[in-house]
Amino acid sequence: MTTLSQASKPTDADERTVTLRYFAWVREKVGTADEVASLPAKIETVADLIDWLKARGENYEAAFARADVIRVAIDQTHARSDAKIAGAAEIAFFPPVTGG
Amino acid sequence: MGVRVQAEDFDISAEMAAITAGRTDIGAIVTFTGTVRGTAGDEAISTMTLEHYPGMTEAELARVEAEAAERWPLSASLIIHRIGELKPGANIVLVITASAHRHAAFEAAEFLMDYLKSQAPFWKKEARPDGTADWVDARETDTAALKRWAK
Repeated sequence: MTTLSQASKPTDADERTVTLRYFAWVREKVGTADEVASLPAKIETVADLIDWLKARGENYEAAFARADVIRVAIDQTHARSDAKIAGAAEIAFFPPVTGG
Repeated sequence: MGVRVQAEDFDISAEMAAITAGRTDIGAIVTFTGTVRGTAGDEAISTMTLEHYPGMTEAELARVEAEAAERWPLSASLIIHRIGELKPGANIVLVITASAHRHAAFEAAEFLMDYLKSQAPFWKKEARPDGTADWVDARETDTAALKRWAK
């Protein structure tokens, strides 16, 4: 998920709208299951997005305090923290999975 | 072939019968069932609640199943995973693999469980009899279990 092309980078638009979803204890700490957010164009990667979210309030700061354990999915596919978010419609944050 | 995510319980015999109905090419069927333990460490638990990511869960399970079908000569496979609130002793997950010979069926079933546990977006929360509850931590051993399947 790190190979989105240059062509899909935002060009003229300053902000993009994406749906953010949270699961398990990330959801509990943020205090909502999902929200629609307008992201500044300077946010390029998942890691940038997490930094931006942490600055939004104490609840986000608490949810993302252990950023190294948070897992991410872009449009329902597992992604790494250095993945580009250009073109994403839905980005989800959750703890390591514990099914089975 | 199939994946199902559901709140309802499953019937292992009925699922096996559905897989083998009308077929004579299958020589081995492996079933794995995961159930809710009544303890977490040395503490009793009263319920286990499973949350998931609708849409992504089904996609990940289907992807893992397709990967197994590519690696082993499977005649059929099935993954059922339950969600919602479950009591100790209840079924959580069912994996069935069928093949002409046992090795493929055994290995594919283990592969499916190892991948499911580390990739499929499910999260368990365990509640104690006093009403307190905690999210289950991911195990390092589950991640380590994946390494033996590296190509």
